[in-house]
Amino acid sequence: MKEPYIERMLRSFVSAMSFLFVMGFASVFYAQNTPLISGGMGFETSTNGGNTSYTPVIMPLLAAPLGDHLLVESRAILLDTVFPKTGKGYDSQHFIALSYLQGDYIATPHVTVVGGYFLIPFGTYNDRLSPIWISNFQDAPLISSLGTMTSGSATGGMLRGNAWSTSKVSIDYAAYFSAGSTNEQFQSSRASGGRVNAYFPHARLEIGTSYGHLLEHKQENFYGAHVWWEPAQVPLRVRSEYAHGEHSQGLWIEGDYRLSQFGGAESLIGRLEPVFRWQQTFRNSPDATDGLPSVDTKRADFGLDYHLPHEVRINTSYARQFSSTGNRNIWETAIVYRFLFPAWRGK
Amino acid sequence: MKSCKHLLIVVSLLAVSATFAQTSNMSAAQPRSDRHEARPKSVHEPQKSEGERVFDENCSRCHNAPEGFSPRISGTIVRHMRVRANLSEKDEQALLRFLNP
Repeated sequence: MKEPYIERMLRSFVSAMSFLFVMGFASVFYAQNTPLISGGMGFETSTNGGNTSYTPVIMPLLAAPLGDHLLVESRAILLDTVFPKTGKGYDSQHFIALSYLQGDYIATPHVTVVGGYFLIPFGTYNDRLSPIWISNFQDAPLISSLGTMTSGSATGGMLRGNAWSTSKVSIDYAAYFSAGSTNEQFQSSRASGGRVNAYFPHARLEIGTSYGHLLEHKQENFYGAHVWWEPAQVPLRVRSEYAHGEHSQGLWIEGDYRLSQFGGAESLIGRLEPVFRWQQTFRNSPDATDGLPSVDTKRADFGLDYHLPHEVRINTSYARQFSSTGNRNIWETAIVYRFLFPAWRGK
Repeated sequence: MKSCKHLLIVVSLLAVSATFAQTSNMSAAQPRSDRHEARPKSVHEPQKSEGERVFDENCSRCHNAPEGFSPRISGTIVRHMRVRANLSEKDEQALLRFLNP
């Protein structure tokens, strides 16, 4: 990555943060509406096929409410990967980017208008599970690039909100349009799409479907579906997702079980959380740009997370990946700290 | 390259200072239930409040509850969650009451 690019990205991020800080002063008079800084920082290691890389990463998020209806929010990612060079020694690569910078206007009880640079609502991983302080595994699912239009973000507008909510079901939606942008800070493709979710509180079951249409180059359609289930009486989460593109498709299913029934969530054993994920991708026709493996692939991830006090979590995982190009082992560890505090000190 | 390094150092320092600032800012406001802690005990506890239900069913679907946060940002958190989790207006109000009893 070129250094001037990194400098420009850093300057853009610092400028965006400064802008949000200044804008946030407008909300200081509302007792509970002080702008917040949140996010996660961590140190990750990954050993893939015998090569180990090390990645310190920071993912800061800033949210500033303005008045009664507006929220301005932004998230960035800053990381530096140190990896073995061919031959001898190590090399490193920086990556700094804005994940999103958007304004949210709560127009009616059922409609929020979003404008700016925002995460594409396709499936569940991109806009709900990708922060390092949320995801159970260090690696994104193999199908995470399907439907998210390469960059994962859109430049344009989105309508979203809760369409219908009763004690039995809650239905929400998101629909967006994105313009194509080759700007270094705001890369996006010309695309449109959306997602509809139905949540059944009694069963604690969520079912959703997504659609995306790439409006440039290949004019490609993407379809997705997901099912999440959290049974009420046990600390178990089961998440699954399927995505289909013109050239490939795939699925993942993930379960995590916090051992809090052994002495409570704060006990030595109760802080442990075994996690498991099964993934499968299918290649229908060659496409080097869709981000999925070039051949049919299966992968099983076994993880063990440990929730330390003060918002620190240790993630460890082992994965075995099977494909016709060769099977491989992937070992990963990470320590992640989540922070959440007001943007400035108050009384 | 120098200015790039300086910017990285500044960002790192900000992150470290933020870590210490959080400790001093942490106070009363915090969700009264944790997804993992509440469930086994729920049959022995009083009926859940509406806000607690909203927190349990919406926020906790994606992430664990934070250990605590300043009451000065509770309104911001709720508005952020309203947008991110597509909460209804009624659920937003219930969640705000839950975080600011």
